[in-house]
Amino acid sequence: MTMENRKLYGLLAEFESPEELLSAIHRVREEGYRRIEVYTPYPMEEVTEALQLPSSPIPWFILAGAIGGIVFGFGMQFIATTIMLRWNIGGRPTDSWPAYIPITFEMMVLFASFAGLIGLFALDGLPQPYHPVFNVPEFVEHGSTDHYFLAVEGRDLKFDRRDTRQFLLGLGAYHVSEVGV
Amino acid sequence: MQIENPLPIVSPGNTRASVTEAITQPPLTPARQTPRFWAIGFGVAFIGVMIFLLAVTELFYRGVGIWGINIPVAWAFAIVNFVWWIGIGHAGTLISAILLLLRQEWRTSINRFAEAMTLFAVAQAGMFPILHLGRPWLFYWLLPYPNTQWLWPQFRSPLIWDAFAVLTYFTVSVLFWYVGLVPDLATLRDRATSKFAKITYGIFALGWRNSTRQWLHYTRTYWLLAALATPLVISVHSIIGMDFAYAQVPGWHSTIFPPYFVAGAIFSGFAMVITLGVPLRKFYHFEGFITERHLDNMAKVMLAVGLIVGYGYIMEIVTPLYGGDPTEIHTMLDRFTGAYSPFYIALLSINIGLTQTLWIKRVRRSPWVLWVVAIIINVGMWLERFTIIVQSLHVDFLPSSWHMYWPTIWDIFTFVGTIGLFFALFYGFVRLLPAISVFEMRELVTHHKEPEKPQELPAQGD
Repeated sequence: MTMENRKLYGLLAEFESPEELLSAIHRVREEGYRRIEVYTPYPMEEVTEALQLPSSPIPWFILAGAIGGIVFGFGMQFIATTIMLRWNIGGRPTDSWPAYIPITFEMMVLFASFAGLIGLFALDGLPQPYHPVFNVPEFVEHGSTDHYFLAVEGRDLKFDRRDTRQFLLGLGAYHVSEVGV
Repeated sequence: MQIENPLPIVSPGNTRASVTEAITQPPLTPARQTPRFWAIGFGVAFIGVMIFLLAVTELFYRGVGIWGINIPVAWAFAIVNFVWWIGIGHAGTLISAILLLLRQEWRTSINRFAEAMTLFAVAQAGMFPILHLGRPWLFYWLLPYPNTQWLWPQFRSPLIWDAFAVLTYFTVSVLFWYVGLVPDLATLRDRATSKFAKITYGIFALGWRNSTRQWLHYTRTYWLLAALATPLVISVHSIIGMDFAYAQVPGWHSTIFPPYFVAGAIFSGFAMVITLGVPLRKFYHFEGFITERHLDNMAKVMLAVGLIVGYGYIMEIVTPLYGGDPTEIHTMLDRFTGAYSPFYIALLSINIGLTQTLWIKRVRRSPWVLWVVAIIINVGMWLERFTIIVQSLHVDFLPSSWHMYWPTIWDIFTFVGTIGLFFALFYGFVRLLPAISVFEMRELVTHHKEPEKPQELPAQGD
């Protein structure tokens, strides 16, 4: 890796169709590049598979939130009615748990939803005020409309400004841009 | 044998760029080029907002005595409107969540505005119980909060469950809607030309850049939020049904209420989606995205839940006769013969009678005919709640306490005002945000390049 590579975030190749993008991803990975990021204007499971990304841990966040909500919801009602405001009404049981289920359920959904949102923000790095790819005008114009982008990052061990660029152009990229940091 | 060619869910000839352009164009129109129909519609809705403010100011100043409520009819317009509005809201969540889980692709072009409808309808609904409190500034007494007397809400009461359910429902609906919007806000940020729009949409887009790693967690979150929202809708309206069923009032004390209320909610909600969708597709030229296939499908859902609602009505007549309780039988007969019988007959004719027109394909596929049917069904569902609440209360156990209820001008103003506020919010939404999910439409047109061909079914087995 040469000094000048460090000033670059990487190279951004633009593709017009999902088929070209997918074959390019396979070729790039076969070539040994690992620091790659793909941008598609809608979610594509094929790309997730091609990049061999591990499955998302979001369900664990949601599960943790759901359990937390159940414990909070049920615990609050149980403690309130049996300890904090114990009220004997004609000898009826104070720990009437079936009546606590609706609020427990609502708290489960509420906590699980927030946990999902927090997990999403944490894993996706949101909110993110700045990212180098937005320096490329083509990305801004087409990245969220119709084209597919493949970024090879400058910190990839195989990255070379000229060779990688030639390689990407050889894969049928419509356009390859250098991305400033 | 040849089966009928299904209508397309997106008209042929659309590309990723063309759908993005068409859907992001209304929010990105400069202020000076706001379409005239929008300005007129918003203006009319804004008159409603003013009426609402007037009615609420008067209410806060003088109290709930300005309404027509009395004892025994202590719940009237406020609770009728509450149930009506929240029922309307439920269709949005169902369209988004259940149809997503069932992988119904046709939901894509209607889910966004249906979710917006949910939020705005639930916002209207949420105000009514608070306005009805009498001392609305003490609404926080409904919530468990630390206080020096160590007092807690009555957790065994459906009314407290209701406060939790509606607040959770509103919050989760906002989250679900916003998560769905983030990629589209990023599209708007990228396409906006004015600096103000770029920065504003940019802040709410959170720096979204459509990377695969982001999409991976995003789709998982969205899917699971849908999985959480689906039972939530059922729970919210079941709890609202229990608000009534737990009371001993004749006509309310019935185990059928929770499922019957859920069906009624879906019924009126789909009617409202059609009420909003038909003009929306017309004025914003979304006929290629919200096709007659969507209207047809929604009409079929309406017909199906309408039949469940009809079953509920029949059960409400049969159960008192089977149970033999004289007060229950009297309430049931009073619906046919008493002071409010015109409303009851009207709701039966609409919700059971008029709904049957949806069996006819030409009704389902003629947008404006369906629109009129949907509006009348909205009225019918309002009358249903009015009958359940006011008619049941006005003849309770003791004939000496029976009392008629007549709405005052303030009852009507408050109701009309919330309709104005709802439409004002909805107009604001279609002006500022994409009314159709852009990224899901891009996915749809990419995968549906060829219009579906009529299928030849094998001859065997027919």
